[in-house]
Amino acid sequence: MSYLLQQVLNALQLGSIYALIALGYTMVYGILTMINFAHGDLFMVGAFLCFLSVVLLKLPFVPVLLVSMVGTALLGVTIERLAYKPLRQAPRVSAIITALGVGLFLENFTLALSPYPKHIPSFVPDMSWMLGDVSISLLQIVVIACSLVLMVLLDLMVRRTMIGMAMRAISWDKTTVPLMGVPVDLVISMTFAIGTSLGGVAGVLYGLAYPVIDPYMGIMVGWKAFISAVVGGIGNVRGAMIGGYVLGALEILVVAFLPSTYRDFVAFGLLLVLLVFRPHGILGKPTVQKV
Amino acid sequence: MTDPLIGKSLMGQARSLANRQWFKGGLVAAAFLLSFVIPATGLLDQYVQLILMYIGINIILTVSLNLINGYMGEFSVGHAGFMAVGAYTASVISVRLFPVPWGPWLFPVAVAAGGLAAAVTGLLVAFPSFKTRGDYLAIVTLAFGMIVKSAIENIDALGGPRGFLGMERLTTLPWVFFWTALSILAIRNLVYSRFGRGILSIREDEIAAELSTVDTRRVKMIAFVVSSFFAGVAGALFAHLLQFINPRVFDIIKSTDILIMVYLGGIGSLGGSIIGAVVYTVLLELLRPLGVWRMVLMPLVLVLLMIYRPKGIMGLREFSWFVPGADLFASRRWHRKKGTVYGPP
Amino acid sequence: MALLEIDHLTHRFGGLLALSDFNLSLDGNELVGIIGPNGAGKTTVFNLISGVYRPTKGSISVEGRELVGLAPNRIAALGIARTFQNIRLFKDLSVLDNVRCANYGQAGYGALLALFRLGRCRREEAVIIDRSMELLTLFQLDGHAEEPSRNLPYGLQRRLEIARALATRPKLLLLDEPAAGMNPAEITRLMGLIEWVRKAFNVTIVLIEHQMQLVMNLCERLVVLDFGVTIAEGKPHEIRSDSRVLAAYLGEEQPA
Repeated sequence: MSYLLQQVLNALQLGSIYALIALGYTMVYGILTMINFAHGDLFMVGAFLCFLSVVLLKLPFVPVLLVSMVGTALLGVTIERLAYKPLRQAPRVSAIITALGVGLFLENFTLALSPYPKHIPSFVPDMSWMLGDVSISLLQIVVIACSLVLMVLLDLMVRRTMIGMAMRAISWDKTTVPLMGVPVDLVISMTFAIGTSLGGVAGVLYGLAYPVIDPYMGIMVGWKAFISAVVGGIGNVRGAMIGGYVLGALEILVVAFLPSTYRDFVAFGLLLVLLVFRPHGILGKPTVQKV
Repeated sequence: MTDPLIGKSLMGQARSLANRQWFKGGLVAAAFLLSFVIPATGLLDQYVQLILMYIGINIILTVSLNLINGYMGEFSVGHAGFMAVGAYTASVISVRLFPVPWGPWLFPVAVAAGGLAAAVTGLLVAFPSFKTRGDYLAIVTLAFGMIVKSAIENIDALGGPRGFLGMERLTTLPWVFFWTALSILAIRNLVYSRFGRGILSIREDEIAAELSTVDTRRVKMIAFVVSSFFAGVAGALFAHLLQFINPRVFDIIKSTDILIMVYLGGIGSLGGSIIGAVVYTVLLELLRPLGVWRMVLMPLVLVLLMIYRPKGIMGLREFSWFVPGADLFASRRWHRKKGTVYGPP
Repeated sequence: MALLEIDHLTHRFGGLLALSDFNLSLDGNELVGIIGPNGAGKTTVFNLISGVYRPTKGSISVEGRELVGLAPNRIAALGIARTFQNIRLFKDLSVLDNVRCANYGQAGYGALLALFRLGRCRREEAVIIDRSMELLTLFQLDGHAEEPSRNLPYGLQRRLEIARALATRPKLLLLDEPAAGMNPAEITRLMGLIEWVRKAFNVTIVLIEHQMQLVMNLCERLVVLDFGVTIAEGKPHEIRSDSRVLAAYLGEEQPA
């Protein structure tokens, strides 16, 4: 029983990270109907910025978070302006390939600068408490709490603010919205900034929880987060959050009860099954094609 | 024939067409002979020969993926998975089953077996494609690629994560040429048949295609089976060139490489695939002195390409070389046959 | 035996009742029109017949053969062809290829022969080119054979879509708002085309249209739908003065 609870904590921790990254995918997809395959690599950049802030600048937790958020947000917006904006009218596939290219660029650029994996020394005090037989560390609390707070803030923003409404409007109808006086480019850039910065936060939290980072870490994590977004229903903000935790739970469950080499295998396999039976995801609506 | 000018150009075209069939065949035969001569006489450097073989393998991969992504307009991201199935199947057969001296003679059997094994898995991927499209199919194929990699890592008999070795250097320039030419021919024939038109119509408008009697399920199955067969063939050739394979070779990065070649060369174009494969392979080699930085430059080139020429080098166009005689100027030749006028009413 | 028998056809989209107890019986070489205000369920009827949707209730049979549950391409092969409101051509393919695509069901060779382009494949391909070019010539589109279909002017695209539908050698042709976006001169030409198609190809044509000029002058019989319900059936001149039809299109007369 306590073993299970311990795993639940692990699942929440991992799920939080997936959820944060998934949000980036889903927000960009919602507004541009484009899968930003470079997003996982932006998460990786966030982790590396965390490394730099902790090791070189010797900053404490909150500034590290801020550096990462701002850094990745800036990078995200730059990429959007330089690489994605020219392709807004192009066929979907071009945008996807470009995103893959940007991702490859980021991976290999980081690799060129840092050929060996890096270890991030702990930047949160090493404390833990016992609740019965279950141990909770400050680290886990920070990861889970940070994520939940940000997710709640994001949900509020999307539902209650003007900019959130603009985002939702653009995702429904891209052509008429500018006619209503909405600064589409600005909203899109802001969406990227927010989505990417969440990925940056995920990078920091990941660096906290699993301190060894390398330039290719974004690939696997990125794809899993992308699948989380799809599981929850791509384009749906709450869906991305749910999807992240579902995937986190699945993975931890597998690792807890099966040999760890089955980790990815079972996760992807089960997701395949889900997609065959419910392709629009948990919270998504089946798109009915009008004939 | 009322217009002598048209008549002349038609005659000229017809003649050059007839020449072309012989010419094409002759050229291919000559190249095939050359592929024997080169290694025997050392006409080209060993290194250059190696590059040529890699180019051939990449052409097979690109042409086979283009069938799904280019002609059918789907988004398959796990092509390396099929390659892995072919590589491992062929390797296990040649290492465990072939008596050593017979290796070179039984090689085509191993390669074909690799292709067939990959084709079976291709069939599995075809089924989800009936219901899902676009982004969702991307995930399905991605998951497939990951599953294959994970599965291999978990099977000790295949060497698990440490890899599989012991293959002989059975891949030679003539064999690579043979399989490359075969893949191009087969896929070209498929594309210009009713199934190829079915594939194209699925890309254009799947529902309209169904309502025009196209059996989209059957067409998708055929496309996936043929595509994965040749990916498996490429994998088998690759394994017997490298003489060592492990699951990491066939990961998402490899799939991405193939995607780049397809979109670089041009979707829906055989000539484009060849160009894409050649350019990408050669460029990577030329940029080798840059070390790690070449993989920083390549994606940048790709991004620029997508922004300024998204349909790839060839776009949706095709070299007339690849078009079967009957299809080339089909309407004009039909008019000639009927003795009627060609031209808008 | 009737060519087409539709019995008690009903279809729901979730909570919305799109079509309610629709009945129709057609013989060969008829020209029937389905009219009604927007959203009345007319295109739904077409979608149900051609197999795009599976009806909630009811049966559709062609020459006694039940269609409900069959895949759309099977239904098309059994002799039902259609066009769409918003012309669904294969835009990036040539005019000739559009028509050749529709010959899929009539070519008799398998994938293995296709891969090596042997014997039967070559012969059938030549036959397909012949048939397709003949069809295009009949429709006066042969001069455009190798052009990408997206380059054709609107009227010719419409014609091509009808030609492509006829390439499947249908017994029943469903035309969904063929006159959409046309001016009166084009409509007159279209009317001539439809009449000619019916005679030359000996098909039954069912038409969905809003252009009354076309409907009244061309159709032998009309069925009027409103909110999924059949409110009137009969000859055009009967329908023209039917009060329920007028009410559906124009609204009720308000008391003065």
